[in-house]
Amino acid sequence: METRTLTCIRCPRGCAVTVTLEDDGAITGVTGNSCMRGDTYARGEVTHPVRVVTTTVPVTGSATEKMISVKTAGDVPKDRVFDVVRALADVTATAPLRIGDVIVHDVAGTGVDVVATKDA
Amino acid sequence: MSDYDVIVIGGGPAGLAAATAARGGGRRSVLVIERDQKLGGILNQCIHNGFGLITFNEELTGPEYAARYERIARDAGVEFVLDTMVLDVSPDRVVTCVSEACGMRRISAGAVVLAMGCRERPRGALNIPGFRPAGIYTAGTAQRLVNIEGLLPGREVVILGSGDIGLIMARRMTLEGAHVACVAELMPYSGGLKRNIVQCLDDFGIPLLLSHTVTRVEGRRRVEAVWIARVDEKGRPVAGTEERYPCDTLLLSVGLLPENELSRAAGVELSRVTRGPVVNESLETSVPGIFACGNVLHVHDLVDYVSEEASAAGAAAGAWADRPVGQRGQGARPGVPVIAEGGVRYTVPQSIDPERMPGRLTVRFRVGGVFEDRRVCVYLDNERVIARRRPILVPGEMEDVTLTREALLGRPGLARVVVTLEGA
Repeated sequence: METRTLTCIRCPRGCAVTVTLEDDGAITGVTGNSCMRGDTYARGEVTHPVRVVTTTVPVTGSATEKMISVKTAGDVPKDRVFDVVRALADVTATAPLRIGDVIVHDVAGTGVDVVATKDA
Repeated sequence: MSDYDVIVIGGGPAGLAAATAARGGGRRSVLVIERDQKLGGILNQCIHNGFGLITFNEELTGPEYAARYERIARDAGVEFVLDTMVLDVSPDRVVTCVSEACGMRRISAGAVVLAMGCRERPRGALNIPGFRPAGIYTAGTAQRLVNIEGLLPGREVVILGSGDIGLIMARRMTLEGAHVACVAELMPYSGGLKRNIVQCLDDFGIPLLLSHTVTRVEGRRRVEAVWIARVDEKGRPVAGTEERYPCDTLLLSVGLLPENELSRAAGVELSRVTRGPVVNESLETSVPGIFACGNVLHVHDLVDYVSEEASAAGAAAGAWADRPVGQRGQGARPGVPVIAEGGVRYTVPQSIDPERMPGRLTVRFRVGGVFEDRRVCVYLDNERVIARRRPILVPGEMEDVTLTREALLGRPGLARVVVTLEGA
């Protein structure tokens, strides 16, 4: 049996959450979380940690913006974060763009789209 | 007759929420004056997510949160002037502003809401010995260069100070291909949120050196290295612990200062602790009819609380503007002082008039050190009315307690409210 203590990153509260695992990796308990988000986060973090990636790409044709901020529309595996950023390295977006517009489909084969978080 | 019922100075998150609330569903005319070319303030460069969990019950990025609030304010019928700098607010609420488009203008208001936000503490405030080479930026300046201008300030980075912007920039610079050698923090604890230590430093293996500071900057034209030493409990560098970190960039994330030049010129009394205006339960300053909210009042960790506080200030400013001119001064009496004790560094508001307070009033505060296993206690004179257990309190995280009007009104002649920490 193994216990791991994590800091939940799902809200600013930052609960210290303890996960108990069996030797085969099965999770037998989660304690210390204040809400269900913490339970979900802790279970995910010890098995397949994920993150939302936020970054920027250049935009052409916009009167106001040189760069447009973007995010992955959902979680991507933590060990693929740099792959997502690399896949965006050569991308340039074209205005007009609205919040939520897809910039890249299925980024780096993660199955997750990258979307604009700013109008341009 | 004023030009506007309420004028809000600053179109960031505080200004947008205050203006929306001041409109009162369309009953009052409200103008927001913003010096930038767009609304949303600093949120526009805060491209990371984590905003809005409390306000919108979802995780938004900064620009998305700003866009939502701008939409809400526009739908409410708030008027805006952009690219316009306020030069002066007079005690009788005449706002002088200047813009390229309209030149100098004077606009009068029934009530004014100060929502100018804050600035970063600069290098000059730190007394780091060495030359003044290129490559030293505040974390927020670097954030603007990367996220708005599309420029990378450097490749090999050291960050001094563990405020949230510094932590966020450690991750941001790493994702953009720079190497962040470490984050050095003078205090024995981090100034940022725990979640940011995890997702911005731990995720990328960036060390956080607590009780460390930069003692020397090397390089004449461009930063070539910084020296970092451990400090003792009084913050003095310990001899023999200095280490050299070759780098081309030093980012500073060493605190935020409310931007109160306009407030001071208007005669508004400022707190030496928060560096923002001293306010009563209505978030009204010492100058009648001038209100304050957001980071110009006291520096917040979370924009959600800024929006909440600013809505209260905007509503109070609107109510004040509704009063006939002759009755505005009446009833203005000193409220019951709110006193911060026992590790509580300050409270906002600093006084409460029980007659005028809402049914439930949020009193926000910060502690002056790390306290484990305490109770946050509130005394009305000598009677303890709140004792809430908290496993840990840290200076980097704002706390609050809620007071009820009923409790205060039930004690005629109440002389003081005390917010303090006690053993659990």
